[in-house]
Amino acid sequence: MTPTEADAYSRSAAAYVHIPFCSSVCPYCDFAVVAGRDDLVGRYIDAVCTEITTSEPWRPLEAIYFGGGTPSHVDPSVLGGVLDALSLKHGFSADAEVSLEANPEDFDVARATTLRSLGFNRVSFGAQSFDSSVLVALGRRHQSGQIESSVRAARRAGFENVSLDLIYGTPGETANSWRDTLRRAIDLAPDHISCYALTVESGTPLGRAVRDGAEAPDPDTQADRYENANMVLSAAGYTRYEVSNWSYPQHECRYNLTVWAQGQYEAYGNGSHGYRDGIRFRNIRRIDAYVSAVESDKTPRSGNDVIEGWDAEIDRLFVGLRRVVGVAPGPGVTTFLQSDSGRRLVDADVVNLVAGRLTINRPLLTDEVHRCVLDLEAPQCFPT
Amino acid sequence: MTDQTRIRNFSIIAHIDHGKSTLADRLMEKTGAVSERDMRDQLLDSMDLERERGITIKAQTVRLDYKASDGEEYVINLIDTPGHVDFSYEVSRSLAACEGALLLVDAVQGVQAQTVANAYLAIDAGLDVIPAINKIDLPAADPDRAAVEIVNILGGSANDIVRMSAKTGAGIDEVLETVVRDVPPPRGDPEAPLRALVFDSYFDAYRGVVCYVRVVDGHLGSGDSLRFMATKEVHDANEIGFLTPTFVRVGVLGTGEVGYLITGVKEIDRIKVGDTITGARTPATEALPGYAEPKPMVFSGLFPTDGDDFEKLRDALEKLRLNDASLAWEPETSKALGFGFRCGFLGLLHMEIVRERLEREYDLDLVATAPSVAYRVTMLDGSVTEIKSPQDLPETIDRRGVAEPYVKAMILTPSEYVGPIMELATSRRGIVGDMNYLSPERVELDFEIPLAEIVFDFFDLLKSKTKGYASLDYEPADYREADLVKVDILLNGQPVDAFSAILHRDGAEDYGKKMTGRLRGLIPRQLFDVPIQAAIGGRIISRETVKAKRKDVTAKCYGGDISRKKKLLQRQKEGKKRMKMVGSVEVPQEAFVAALKLDDDL
Ligand SMILES: Nc1nc2c(ncn2[C@@H]2O[C@H](COP(=O)(O)OP(=O)(O)O)[C@@H](O)[C@H]2O)c(=O)[nH]1
Ligand code: SF4
Repeated sequence: MTPTEADAYSRSAAAYVHIPFCSSVCPYCDFAVVAGRDDLVGRYIDAVCTEITTSEPWRPLEAIYFGGGTPSHVDPSVLGGVLDALSLKHGFSADAEVSLEANPEDFDVARATTLRSLGFNRVSFGAQSFDSSVLVALGRRHQSGQIESSVRAARRAGFENVSLDLIYGTPGETANSWRDTLRRAIDLAPDHISCYALTVESGTPLGRAVRDGAEAPDPDTQADRYENANMVLSAAGYTRYEVSNWSYPQHECRYNLTVWAQGQYEAYGNGSHGYRDGIRFRNIRRIDAYVSAVESDKTPRSGNDVIEGWDAEIDRLFVGLRRVVGVAPGPGVTTFLQSDSGRRLVDADVVNLVAGRLTINRPLLTDEVHRCVLDLEAPQCFPT
Repeated sequence: MTDQTRIRNFSIIAHIDHGKSTLADRLMEKTGAVSERDMRDQLLDSMDLERERGITIKAQTVRLDYKASDGEEYVINLIDTPGHVDFSYEVSRSLAACEGALLLVDAVQGVQAQTVANAYLAIDAGLDVIPAINKIDLPAADPDRAAVEIVNILGGSANDIVRMSAKTGAGIDEVLETVVRDVPPPRGDPEAPLRALVFDSYFDAYRGVVCYVRVVDGHLGSGDSLRFMATKEVHDANEIGFLTPTFVRVGVLGTGEVGYLITGVKEIDRIKVGDTITGARTPATEALPGYAEPKPMVFSGLFPTDGDDFEKLRDALEKLRLNDASLAWEPETSKALGFGFRCGFLGLLHMEIVRERLEREYDLDLVATAPSVAYRVTMLDGSVTEIKSPQDLPETIDRRGVAEPYVKAMILTPSEYVGPIMELATSRRGIVGDMNYLSPERVELDFEIPLAEIVFDFFDLLKSKTKGYASLDYEPADYREADLVKVDILLNGQPVDAFSAILHRDGAEDYGKKMTGRLRGLIPRQLFDVPIQAAIGGRIISRETVKAKRKDVTAKCYGGDISRKKKLLQRQKEGKKRMKMVGSVEVPQEAFVAALKLDDDL
């Protein structure tokens, strides 16, 4: 993907829909999720549809992403209802990417076919690992065989785009186990693979366990795994286009590309985040609070950040630098290169300039670059 | 003026917590100096820190009127002494104002190092020492054992020792009677020219410097023109009086009397404790003996964590100095820590107190470098210079030798710990001398040891090796040549001045290893490998590496949650503000503090 193509997503219109339901909560999970509250599905989906219907009309959407939680956990027809509301409100562009996240344990040909017929054309499986001991350690409910059958089901149902999410660096995972996971993932020939380092978030059961002395993921081991993944995936024809994402050519996730190009995206559902008309906004995180807000005609928004002027330039660097193509020249890039910490990052070869674009050379140090970006002050000449 | 035969001047000397303050309170209550009710507020208005630590730095002095059983009225001046070895010069000056000392010993704890040290100070000052055993009300009290220990130091008979309880008041009358009976009255010459000893002073915001004085010969009248013999300054006696303990103005302080003097001088360092006051018109020819300049023994660099606080630190030091003439400092610049001050202290406790007061009362956040001592360097041309900071140590080829201060140390310990203590002392280059059994269970160990070894971590080690039962006291001895080297710590090839230390060659490698090891754990990983080395001269004695950071990334920016991510990183950045750059290496302030913190493993 060329930088021009990547940057073009800054003009896209996308939408995110949050489906917070899971059959149980994985110990590392930090998302806005609920388990055992399937009784709320009806009211929740109604609320989401209300939120969609009452939102500002927009242009046709080019990418729609159902994330969670586990969208595949609820009845497909329910998701279809949400899609209808969305297309009624904003319309979909002809070649819109319509993604959903799915867990291997609740996916089969019948469900796949229904979802495909409702309009979904991309599915991203929470595969995480093919090693059963790692799956257990992660508190996942599926077996590796279910990943394989899910991918086959999706293909049979006609999904053009299939993605696998993998997690590396789980304590107990070995280098061999990770290599094996990568190999078995590649054998399934998904169009897209995301590899995420297991991250310990405070407030999660994993976070508490680690605080109380359980083994934490080792950053150096994770770095090894990451480098190994990049090597193996490249050899298998996948290209990395973002810190943690690889795909076959032209199979990048367009919803994500929109986010990283500082494009705009609507967000619906509890705990969701959007960016529209220069405002980064977020919704109430608790599902019950979200539902009652919508039901009582109150806004479900819990926060707005106006992104304008210098902040917008910083924001552009912030999101754009996650991409392999980096960011186009601009006042932010110039200021970065003139700052002390920016220069240190150049000296240490963490970032470099490719045809005027600032790019990250060592993606594993992205946060280091981000902190520096957030610290940049507007140059005197910058209009406020 | 009171007839000298009716005056008794005495001090109470005791180990910390043996009950000196409580006894003083009781005596005042008994003699009606204060009502029970105001006692707390009136007497113990001293600094919080002192109260917390149970030590007095500034002496309290009070005049008591007592009608003895012989039917006579006596004036008893109770002159308090600072309660810690760091202030032994001040202790000696207070003692010089007395004819007798009451040696108070806790009936549970028995004789402790300070008891012995202070008893010897008192004996050396020519005082009559009267022992008393306190806290006999406690169930664990063993006054008989304490009595045996006392007799082993002072001689005399165990039966003559007063047994009392400052808490219940038992035996207090006996204490007063013993003081009247056994403390000799002053024997100054009322006709001679005035000689008065300044035994303490403090700064009062309204009155300026208040001196506590003891008239030895002649008399001191209000309005007299006075000559201070050491400073050679002349001041008028604007106001004189007694301490009851509130100020009571009088027209004259007679021979043998104790009181206060206000001259209008505002700067504490213009009045020297230990100085002799005489009349400006008819001066005495000879000053009272024993005057000395307080000499800092321990030095440490104090740096504000926030470089902007440098001026605030200077102001705070100046304010502290108003009341503490022994506090000395000069500006110091450190590549690692920025601008600060090299401060001189009388001892470790003094250092700690000053540091705590700066942080607590002046709201400063400080980094202190490891305490060091003053070394005497003999240069090739034979000249001798004193250095107070490791950075100032000249190169080996430029010097002929280095001498370091030794102290005479005394440890009192239950006998079961003698082995571990000897081991500790010899491992710290101590030369063990006499061993003296005060009782079958309690031993006095004398030894000579470099002060540098004591200031490092000796106290803490001693405490941990003896479960807190051993007590230590020391006094400066002499300077001795030693094979001393400077160990530098290099970060990415750059020496970090704050971590340099002067050490005996035998201990240098150990220090280097531990410091590099410790820093490796404290310095966060950087964008590149950071070697940490310890070096003597150009020779590397140990090396560690902080491996380059490989992973610092949020794997998933989930659902476009950009704002939260930014806030998270923003918070991490705040933490980074407290980083100091050492060359190209970012070192968190905490790393300096932690590395400089002394503990058992160094
Ligand atoms: N039981 C008992 N406690 C005492 C007696 N004298 C002092 N204390 C306590 O011992 C502690 C130390 O006393 P203090 O007078 O502050 O000791 P200083 O450090 O020598 O001034 C305090 O808690 C006192 O209350 C006594 O005769 N009996
Ligand atoms: S399935 Fe996914 S969203 Fe649900 S709890 Fe597990 S990690 Fe969280």
